[in-house]
Amino acid sequence: MYNSDKVIVGIIIFILFFAMPFWLNFGKAKALPKPELPSDTKECVESREYMRAFHMKMLLDWRDKKVREGQVYYINSQGKFFKMSLQNTCMKCHKSMEKFCDRCHTTISAHPDCWRCHIAPEEVKKWQ
Amino acid sequence: MAISRRDFLKVIGFTGVTSAVATIGGVLIGRGEDILKEIKPASKVRWAMAIDTRQFKTDEDFQKVIEACHKAHNVPNIPDPIRQVKWIWVDTFEKAFPTIEHEYISEEIKKRKFLLLCNHCDNPPCVRVCPVKATFRRPDGVVVQDMHRCIGCKFCMAACPYGSRNYNFYPPREFLSQVNPEYPTRTTGVVEKCILCYERLDEGKQPYCVEASEGKMFFGNLNDPNSPVRKAISENIVIVRKPELTTKPMVFYII
Repeated sequence: MYNSDKVIVGIIIFILFFAMPFWLNFGKAKALPKPELPSDTKECVESREYMRAFHMKMLLDWRDKKVREGQVYYINSQGKFFKMSLQNTCMKCHKSMEKFCDRCHTTISAHPDCWRCHIAPEEVKKWQ
Repeated sequence: MAISRRDFLKVIGFTGVTSAVATIGGVLIGRGEDILKEIKPASKVRWAMAIDTRQFKTDEDFQKVIEACHKAHNVPNIPDPIRQVKWIWVDTFEKAFPTIEHEYISEEIKKRKFLLLCNHCDNPPCVRVCPVKATFRRPDGVVVQDMHRCIGCKFCMAACPYGSRNYNFYPPREFLSQVNPEYPTRTTGVVEKCILCYERLDEGKQPYCVEASEGKMFFGNLNDPNSPVRKAISENIVIVRKPELTTKPMVFYII
């Protein structure tokens, strides 16, 4: 390779420059989302770890079961019954879309389209 | 020992015939099993509705029913008559039953108004044309529109002979004066229609319109001889909309 010393130095500078955000934030966890958990209830439909990892899959599963298979209740791992409904079950405890759903979703740039049709608790106030 | 030409041909022929039979037979048996899997036992429940048109006299009677449905399901009130959204509405005999209409039928019938909604056909053309299976027929006969899947192609609107389907040309939330927080709205670009309150049926309740009509509409299981619909149908003269299209409507009109 011709001019290998210059080229290699150039590549190293290039990598260092483009990985700047990584170096600047190294070891620091900034802007961790803090979704507001409901104060009056401690237990969700399933355990906290499960909900964190699989809430999106669970919601899709609920949607299919309720709309397409005509089921009403979800039975959780402890044998408890829950009505499958985003507006009437989830949002009865998590009383805010902006303070709960959006905080994580905005941080990781996820844009689920639930609220284009489903009415968020905040939006109900617009009509009252 | 060398095999003779005649024996060789015999062996080849026999093998060929056996393998052909085995292949065809295997394919047919496999098919049969698949077909058997697809045949589902007929559901014991077949929801149907009968509307006693003699009892609906004033505009108030109609408005009460329509409002109960539209309020509960967040149906927008769009002033544009071509692009409005409606789940249940009112029209004349001529418009509702165009093929039964005759110039010499009684004046009273001609002037009578009829409550119209999705007929939840036994043979629904809208289900057949939907390219994404957003519209489907449940085993209990309710034709449901799954808004999550609808792509707004409007095929079902062209297929439905009863005009039960409406496309959301306008953002529906802007045309809601009040909202039921327990039920979603729709978004621009989907088709919507009456869903016979399938969520309430699953919970053992009656549809909103039947509740609000206060005995002017009958609802129940068509397969149960003691259900209110069966009684209403057997004791009165009923007609259905456009029976010649063989869609088998499940909303009966008592004349």
